[in-house]
Amino acid sequence: MPAYYLEALTVTLGIFLLMAEAFCSCKSKAWVGIGAAVGLAVIICLTFIAIGPEAKPDSEWAKWPLWNFYQFDGLAKFYKIFSLVCTIFVLLLAVDYRKILSRFTEHPDSENGTGEFYALPVFACAGMMWLASAKDLAGAFVALELVTITFYILVAYMRRNVGSLEAGVKYLILGALSTGFLVYGIAWVYGATGTMNLDQIALTLIPHTLTPIVGDSVIYSTVQLTPLLFGVALVMVGLGFKMGAVPMQVWIPDVYQGAPTPTTAFLSVGSKAAGFILTIRFLEPFLSSEITRGPVLTILLILASATLLFGNLAAIPQTNFKRLLAYSSIAHAGFLLLALAAGKSAVVDLSSAKVVSFYLGTYLLMTLGVFFILAQVRIQRDGEMISDFNGLGKTNPQLALALTVLLAALAGVPLTAGFWGKFFVFSLAVDSKLWVGVGIGFISAAAGFYYYFNVIRAMWWSSPSKDEAIVLPPISKVCIAVLTVATLVIGFYPQPIWALLK
Amino acid sequence: MLALLVFLPIAAFIAILLGAPARLTAIGASAINLALGICAAVSWKCTCWAISLPVLEKPALHLAFGYPDGMSVIMVLLSVIVTLAAVLSGKSPEGREKLYYGSSLLISAGALGAFAATDLFFFYAFHELALVPTFLMIGILGRGDRRQAAWKITIYLGLGSIVLLAGLVWLANLTGSYDIPTMIANKALVSHDAQKGIAALLIVGFGTLVSLFPLHSWAAPAYASAPAPVAMLHAGVLKKFGLYGLLRLAIPLVPEGLQFWLTPLLVMLLGNILWVGWVTISQKRLDLMLGNSSVMHMGYIFLAIAALIAFPENPLARSAAIVLMFAHGISIALLFCLADRIERNTGSLDLSDLGGLAKAAPGLAFIFGIAAMASIGLPGLANFSGEVLVFLSAFKGYTGTSGLGPVQIACILSIWGVVLSAVYMLRAYRKIFQGPSVKFTESAADLTCCDRIPAVLLILVLFAVGLYPNLLLNLLK
Repeated sequence: MPAYYLEALTVTLGIFLLMAEAFCSCKSKAWVGIGAAVGLAVIICLTFIAIGPEAKPDSEWAKWPLWNFYQFDGLAKFYKIFSLVCTIFVLLLAVDYRKILSRFTEHPDSENGTGEFYALPVFACAGMMWLASAKDLAGAFVALELVTITFYILVAYMRRNVGSLEAGVKYLILGALSTGFLVYGIAWVYGATGTMNLDQIALTLIPHTLTPIVGDSVIYSTVQLTPLLFGVALVMVGLGFKMGAVPMQVWIPDVYQGAPTPTTAFLSVGSKAAGFILTIRFLEPFLSSEITRGPVLTILLILASATLLFGNLAAIPQTNFKRLLAYSSIAHAGFLLLALAAGKSAVVDLSSAKVVSFYLGTYLLMTLGVFFILAQVRIQRDGEMISDFNGLGKTNPQLALALTVLLAALAGVPLTAGFWGKFFVFSLAVDSKLWVGVGIGFISAAAGFYYYFNVIRAMWWSSPSKDEAIVLPPISKVCIAVLTVATLVIGFYPQPIWALLK
Repeated sequence: MLALLVFLPIAAFIAILLGAPARLTAIGASAINLALGICAAVSWKCTCWAISLPVLEKPALHLAFGYPDGMSVIMVLLSVIVTLAAVLSGKSPEGREKLYYGSSLLISAGALGAFAATDLFFFYAFHELALVPTFLMIGILGRGDRRQAAWKITIYLGLGSIVLLAGLVWLANLTGSYDIPTMIANKALVSHDAQKGIAALLIVGFGTLVSLFPLHSWAAPAYASAPAPVAMLHAGVLKKFGLYGLLRLAIPLVPEGLQFWLTPLLVMLLGNILWVGWVTISQKRLDLMLGNSSVMHMGYIFLAIAALIAFPENPLARSAAIVLMFAHGISIALLFCLADRIERNTGSLDLSDLGGLAKAAPGLAFIFGIAAMASIGLPGLANFSGEVLVFLSAFKGYTGTSGLGPVQIACILSIWGVVLSAVYMLRAYRKIFQGPSVKFTESAADLTCCDRIPAVLLILVLFAVGLYPNLLLNLLK
């Protein structure tokens, strides 16, 4: 099966769900979410039989010009599965969140206005899957906009809620600004290299050696370096918006706090991963060329250090748990950027791209688990402050245990999945002798330890404000259990994620 | 086979979570572990105990357990003995049995894993595994100002672990392996400059975990408010991880770096012995006094390590450190166990509230007396063997004509610590057990037969090692 069927099927699924939802008179819209999740699960299975043109060069479809825009390698496959898994969990989260969702949409007492909320993530997922295969800046841009525009709607979905509206406006304005940066940067890159295809950009960056009759040989390039680097920097700013990296991180706390929780989860995992895969793809030609490698790595190191410091230090005084998670998401972006700044190419076993992918894989497990618990606390205790978690250890010991494991993993406690990610990042950074990055990374990890354990402290050491236990709906219960156990299993045995990356 | 030793408590923890009777499961698992630990100690050279499962290909990591030398054997023995005593002596508050016994088992599993691991990653990771239940237990079930104490230990040990991790990753990176024996084989790859940096990180990292002065202030409040099994397990066993790490990794891998930092280390360990010893004398509560005394005694073990740093060919210092680690672990566990009894039987640990308890509870008074003597270091009890070896080893290389070196001067000063321990221990004994009975002690109950089992177990070990230290020294040959 040609790989692009996957995106086509995902979009078809989205359109089908939209239509079915519009014409069905069911009172509850939960079936749309469940249907979407099942459909996406089928597409995950199909991913394993999908092939690129290299596998069957003689077939008709392998000769299409589409393959100038689209590639299907190991990394693409990993990120396609990643987007699909993430979207499935987000949809399941949305199903359990529909009570709050319907309260703030058109008809407060019915679920009439909530059907699209399950179909939109499917389109965003298609965009992310396309991004994973990006090979050309124009194609990548279109896919990225599919993701971003879907998110404009998803963020502001609770339109009777001021917080959600405010978040929507902020996201729209800053999103548009970052798109501007991105397009402008692409234009400069195009101007400097004459192409938008990443493979051909790599070709133009091959340095030529001129050996004059007298004196040493000179390395020169036909590409003008300054405009090219200017373009790269602009694109990095635009992508920083997606990744949640400095200098485009300011929107994150407000938007995360205001957006509906499933959207926040999707933003913090899916959208971030999409930003990172595009960054990996985009930087590949620049990092493999001697001419641009040094300056690009410097840009990355500066971004990584600033992001790490901002995310971790600003997280310390937070009292709202959702906002804390927003800063934590910035902090994790910092660690991921540090791995990229190490600049280990794909030739070595522990390459930067693989470490970033591995880190994101573990990040998905931990973060989504936390968001599932947060959503239920939000629904049943009607608040998202850290103090709303007070005494959870008394009322719901098992739930508190799960959240303890997940938060400890986010902090990077050993024998949980989160430790491996940080461990590999530090190994890379030490290997590349990025001492500044390593130092800041350790300070950040220490700060992370503090603010995650603050929540654990509230759960176990404080007495509850309400004595009623939180009752978990079956879907949430299963998802939390699966994600927590996976976090622990990967903590002992990380090989499964590496195997996916092979 | 050693994997069994580590995973049995974890399996018991899961069983307790799933609804098995908490106390019985915990006691059963610890008793089996004790038997296993003794079997392993008797036949530790047999290769059947080692196990290695690949976990990750690049960098190559293995879930590997084994006994590289007698030091691991002794630490594992210490862990299994104290674990059994801790779960036997503990009395859980109503309705919190799962948490109480489950956490104790997890701490034990973490300590065993750290001492038995031969892979750097799991060596570190198992220790961290043990810390999380420690923090939670102090915060949830502690006494007095439990939140403050728990938060303090969390922050101190969390930061200490991160500093330590930096040092360990650096070491692994230079030696190109995470397998500890391979790392030691490749020690030539660690350059002189790197040694200085790594040694500093390891002293601060491991030092925080062992409450090295001035990074010690988490210890006394944490032990004072911890539930008895946690105080026994942490002060007795888990805290020794830092010393074990210094002996296992720092001494063989970064000897020159440690030598560079020898003088600051001597100052810090004198801070432990003299300054903290002085602080201990002025304590008004038994639990705080015991917490501080445990910090103080770490100084002697650091002295042995300093002697080993100053004269690398000093097998006596190494044996001394290990014997004293073992002896201190047993004696402090016994003291915390008895302090818990005193509080349960009288309702107070404030020295000014107590007096004349020996009349109502002669059994308790007798056993506490032995424990106090052990802690002071009276001959015939295990601590004496350890301390004497430490003081002797510090004079290695002293010829009489060369003059006193820094280690010898530190040793002479630290012998005053023995006087300090005698002062505070005897004073506490007098205030609690002697004199006329007061309100709290008049109707206090004595130890029941059941209560005596863990105490007698620990006392027997103290006497055995005290009278025949070769039990341990033979393992170290």
